[in-house]
Amino acid sequence: MRKQRWVTFVVALTALAIVAAACGGDDGGASDLSGTIKIDGSSTVTPLVALAAEDFQAENSGVKVTVGTSGTGGGFEKFCNGETDFSMASRPIKDVEVAACQAKSIEPLELIVANDGLSVVVNPQNTWAKCLTVEQLKKIWEPGSKVTNWNQVDPSFPNQELTLFGAGSDSGTFDYFTDEINGEEGATRTDYNPSEDDNVTVTGVAGDLGALGYFGLSYLLENATKIRGVEIDGGGGCVAAGTDTVQAGTYKPLGRPLFIYTKTDAAKRPEVKAFAQYYFDNQNAITEEALFVPLTDEQVAEAQAELDKIAAV
Amino acid sequence: MTTAEVAARPESQTLSGRITSGRRLRDAAFRVLIMLSVAVALITLFALLMDAFMTGRPRLNGDLIRNMPSARPARAGLQSAIFGSLWCVGITAALSLPLGVGTAVYLEEFARRDRWYVRLIELNIQNLAGVPSVVFGILGLAFIARGPLSWGFTVGTGALVLTILVLPTVIIASREAIRAVPPSLREGSLALGATQWQTIWRQVLPASVPGIATGSILSVSRALGESAPLLLLGALTFVTFNPTGLDSGYTVLPLLIFKYASDAKAEFHVVAAAAIIVLLVVLLALNTTAILLRNRFQKRW
Amino acid sequence: MVGDPLLPSPHLRRRRRVERVVRRGLALTASISVVVTVAIALSLLRPAIDFFREIPIGEFFTGTEWSPLFSPSQRQFGVWPLLTGTLLVMGIAILVAVPFGLGAAVYLSQYASPRVRGIIKPVLEILAGIPTVVLGFFALYFVNPEIVQRFWPVGRVGTFSALAAGLVIGIAILPTMASLAEDAMTAVPVSLRDGAIALGATRREVSTKVIFPAALSGIVAAIVLALSRAIGETTIALMAAGSNPRFTADPGQGVQTMASFIGFAGIGDQPTGSTGYKTIFAVGTLLFLITFFLNMLSVRIVRRFREAYE
Repeated sequence: MRKQRWVTFVVALTALAIVAAACGGDDGGASDLSGTIKIDGSSTVTPLVALAAEDFQAENSGVKVTVGTSGTGGGFEKFCNGETDFSMASRPIKDVEVAACQAKSIEPLELIVANDGLSVVVNPQNTWAKCLTVEQLKKIWEPGSKVTNWNQVDPSFPNQELTLFGAGSDSGTFDYFTDEINGEEGATRTDYNPSEDDNVTVTGVAGDLGALGYFGLSYLLENATKIRGVEIDGGGGCVAAGTDTVQAGTYKPLGRPLFIYTKTDAAKRPEVKAFAQYYFDNQNAITEEALFVPLTDEQVAEAQAELDKIAAV
Repeated sequence: MTTAEVAARPESQTLSGRITSGRRLRDAAFRVLIMLSVAVALITLFALLMDAFMTGRPRLNGDLIRNMPSARPARAGLQSAIFGSLWCVGITAALSLPLGVGTAVYLEEFARRDRWYVRLIELNIQNLAGVPSVVFGILGLAFIARGPLSWGFTVGTGALVLTILVLPTVIIASREAIRAVPPSLREGSLALGATQWQTIWRQVLPASVPGIATGSILSVSRALGESAPLLLLGALTFVTFNPTGLDSGYTVLPLLIFKYASDAKAEFHVVAAAAIIVLLVVLLALNTTAILLRNRFQKRW
Repeated sequence: MVGDPLLPSPHLRRRRRVERVVRRGLALTASISVVVTVAIALSLLRPAIDFFREIPIGEFFTGTEWSPLFSPSQRQFGVWPLLTGTLLVMGIAILVAVPFGLGAAVYLSQYASPRVRGIIKPVLEILAGIPTVVLGFFALYFVNPEIVQRFWPVGRVGTFSALAAGLVIGIAILPTMASLAEDAMTAVPVSLRDGAIALGATRREVSTKVIFPAALSGIVAAIVLALSRAIGETTIALMAAGSNPRFTADPGQGVQTMASFIGFAGIGDQPTGSTGYKTIFAVGTLLFLITFFLNMLSVRIVRRFREAYE
C-alpha cells in the first residue's frame, strides 16, 4: 500500500511539473511566431544579445531563445556544425571557419551589432598604471614573457607582484588582443588566469591589487566602481576607452566591431529573421542599456542591407 | 599503567589521589578540543547560512520565483531553473527508483552470494558510489550528449546522467531497508504457500517502503544539488523558458546560482544568495521528510 | 493431462512463469550497474588513448607546464601543475576534515548525551547535504576575502586561492569523515570500553587508548574515502581556486586541480574530437583511476582488519 502511495507521489510530482511547465510563465506579447532560437559564442557580445533575447521573448512568447557563452571560437564550431542559429563573435570569422561551415552547406552571414573598445583594466587601488603603451603591453603578454612584477614594466612603477587575468583561448577577445598587441593571433604567455567568462576576469582584477586584465568595454562600464580602465597609447598619445573615442576611431589599436553571424537559410525561418530585425530596429535602446557603443547610422544601414538580402532569397 | 599496578593501588588513591592534576588537565583539554571540532562544523554552517541570508535577503520575494532569469539583475528570477530542476529530478526519480529497488531486490532476495557475477555487481555498485560526480558528466558527454545516443544538451541527457549518478546510492539504501525486514516475515509468508515473488511483492517490499523512501528522497535531493556533471552537459546557458519536452534546452538551480555568482555585478550576487536560500529550503524540506519517515519507521520493529 | 494430480496445474504453471520472468527482469536491472561501469571505462578510454597517441606519455607525466587549450604552437601538456594543485587543495582539506572530523566523532560516540547527539547529528547531516555550488559561493565571497586574505601571512592573496578552496572542501567532507569514524568507533565491542572504564580510565583515555586503536581500520578507511571525495570535488575548486594551473606549493596562490580543470574545459565546450576534448578524457581517466584505487584501498583496509574482532 505504502509503495503504491509513494509511486503515486512521484508520478504526481512529475505530472505537476509537466503541467506547470506547460502553463508556466505569463503569456507574453501576442505574436504568432514560434520555435527555438539557439545562440552561442562570444562572452563579450553576450550581455548585448541576452538583453535583446529577453526583450524579444517578452514580445514573442512563442519563441524560445537560449544564449550560451562558449567563446567566439567555440561558438563558430557549433555554428558550423549546425547546432546554433546565431553565432556571436568579437572578431571576424576566419577563412578556415568559413570553409568548415561551407563543408556542411552553411553559408555564414555577417551582421555587425555594436562597436567595442577592448579595455585593459587594473585594480582601483592601482595608482601608478594610468597609461600603458602597446609596447609595454606586449612586453607583459608576449609568449615566454617573464614579467612578474610591475616594476619590470616600467622602473617608475612600485614593487608590486603582477597577476594576470584575461580571456581564454576560445575567445574572440583573446584572438583580437593577441593579434593587436603581440602581433600574432593566439600568441600569448600561458601563465595567467584565463576564462571564457569575462565576469570572472572582472572579479579577479577587482580582488587583487596587482592585477591586470582585459575584456570588452561594456564590462568596464558595468563595473566602473570595482575596476579602473587604463589609457592606451597606440602611438598617438594616451587614449581612454569610451563610447566617444571608440566611435571616433581614436581608441587605437583596440577599437573593434562586434558581430553576430547567421546562416542565409536560417534567416528563412521567420522567427530567426524576426529576432535579427528586432535587434536592428531597437539597436539604440539595447546598446545604451547594455552599455555598448552603438552603431553609426552607416553601420546600421549596412547591416540592414545584409539582412534584406536574405528576405529576397 | 598496567592492570597489576592499578589493582595493587588502594581504592582511595585510584579514585582521587592518583588522578593527578596533569591527568585532569589533559582530560579537560581533550574535552575542549573535541568540542571545538564540533563547534567548527556548527560555526561554519552558521556562518554560511548567515552569509547567504544577509546577502540574499533583499531579493527574497515572490518575484524571485516568478521571474525568469534576466540580463537585468533587478528583474532576474529563477523560474526556468526551478522548472528545469523539477523536470530533471522528477525524471531521475522516476527512472532510478524502479531500477534501484529492482536491483536491490535481486541482490537481496534472488542472487546467490557465492556466484562470481553477483560479487562483481556488488563490487561495481560500491565503486560507482565513490566515483566523482564530474566523471559521470564526462560519461554523459561521451555517450549521451554526443557519441552513440547524441541527445545533445537537453533535459533528457541531464536527467539520464543524474539517474546513473544517483543509482548506486538508491541501490545501497534499498538493500539496507530490505535487509532490515525480519526473516520471520518472509518465512511466515512462504510457509503459508506464497511464492518468492509473492512474498517479496506483498510482504517484504511494503515493509521496507519507509527505508526505501528515505533512501530515495536523500538520493533525489542529492541530484537536486548537483552541479559538476551538468556543467559539462550544457545546463549553463541563459535559458528563459521552462522545459517543453525531453529534448528541450534547460538549466537547473545549482547552475543558475553558479552563473549569477560568477557574474561580476554585485547585484547578481544578491540574486545568487537568494537562490541559495531557496535551494537550501527545498533541500531542508526534503531531508526533513526523509528523517521523519526514518523516525516513524524505527518505531515499527 | 488435466486430471493427472502429479503434474502442475495451469495456475501453478502460470505462477512459475511469472516468477521466472520477474527473476530474469530483476537480474537485468541489476546488471545495469555493470553496464554503466563498462560504459564509463569505454567512454574514458577511447579518447584518452587517442590523446596519448598525440601527446607522448612522457611529456604528460613529466612536464611542468599545463596549457592544453591554447594554440598548437604554445600548448603544453605536462600534467604536474594539476597534480600539485590537487595535492595542495586536498592536503589542506584533509588537515581540516580529519582532526575535526575525528574530534566530532569521538564527541558523538563517547561524550555526548543522546539529546545532544540528536541535535548534532542532524546538523552534520545538513552540512553534508549542502550543494557544492553553495559552498563554492561561500569560499569565493566570504572565506577568501574575510579569512584568507586577512590572515594569511605569506605574500599577498588575490581573488582565488588554494587555501580558500581547500578549507571549504575540508568542511564539505568533514561530515562524511565524522560519520564514518563514528560508525567505526561505535562498532568497537562495548566490552572493551567497559573493561577500560572498570580499570579506572577516564573518558579521554578510553577514547584515545582503547577506542581509537580498536577502530583504527575503520578510521583509516574513512580517511581514505574522505581523500577520494576531496580529490573529486569540482565546483568548489572551480569557483574559488581559479583557472591558472600554477606549479606551486603556496596555498595563497590560485591553482587548478584535475577536477576543476575538467569543469573549466567542459564549460568552454570543446568540440568533439579536438585536442581539448581529448584532454578532458585524459585527465578524467587519471582522476577516475586515482579515486577508484583509493576506494578499493578503503574497502581492503576494512575487510582485512575487521576480522581481528570476529
